[in-house]
Amino acid sequence: MINNLLFDFTVDKATKTVFITREFDADLSLVWDAFTRAEILDQWVAPKPWTSKTKFMDFKVGGRRFYAMVSPEGQERWAIQKYTSISPKTNFKYQNAFADKDENPELPGSDWDLTFSEQNGTTTVSITIYNESLARMEKLIEMGFTEGFKMSMNNLENLLATLSERA
Amino acid sequence: METRRDVFQAIADPTRRAILLLIAAHSMTPNAIAEEFHTSRQAVSRHIQILTECELVKPEQKGREIYYHININKMKEIDKWIEQFKKILETQFNQLDKVLSTIKKQKK
Repeated sequence: MINNLLFDFTVDKATKTVFITREFDADLSLVWDAFTRAEILDQWVAPKPWTSKTKFMDFKVGGRRFYAMVSPEGQERWAIQKYTSISPKTNFKYQNAFADKDENPELPGSDWDLTFSEQNGTTTVSITIYNESLARMEKLIEMGFTEGFKMSMNNLENLLATLSERA
Repeated sequence: METRRDVFQAIADPTRRAILLLIAAHSMTPNAIAEEFHTSRQAVSRHIQILTECELVKPEQKGREIYYHININKMKEIDKWIEQFKKILETQFNQLDKVLSTIKKQKK
């Protein structure tokens, strides 16, 4: 599938803030549902071959989503999102933290702010992540999400090594 | 889990960023670095300590003096983590594209 949907990603290292903008070829209410309903979230948030499993999700201010990313071997990595603000079909905010299987969050987490808007059937989602730490990024990466990427990096390194031997 | 310094935290401070910029050009002694700032020597020395713990700068003994120089590999590592984080998000959103298109077809 070729898509020319916008994907913008910038990081302000000084303020530890990540800005993401992504367009989706669907109307606003469907995209809103995809981000706020557990049964749809579980279909896309875990980079394959990982899967997502939501134990509970109470989408209201003060409510929480407790979910796990499950590895192909069945290993579970739990996380908690706590909703701090919701303006239906416009914006919602939550605090995100890794957790143990007993719902104890590993603080500090990061703060997510998502804004939705639609133009001509295309929905734009603008995400700002505050206080994302390198340690948390490392953890995500350690979880094996980027196995394919790591492999291609290794391949590249081998290739470079081979080429430099020849030179 | 082991506690360790967050590299983002290290570069979040304006003085520490200024130190990095300063020694990026050439390595410097703590005294020479401190002379560039209006804050106390102790404060500058604390900043250098944090940068060293994060491996963003490296001390090097030259005669009787210690010179600090920038650790380019560590700086590159930060960009690598960010790039991988971006990849994860990219993968998620591509999966969402497929889910959205499936739901749209079901509705028709």
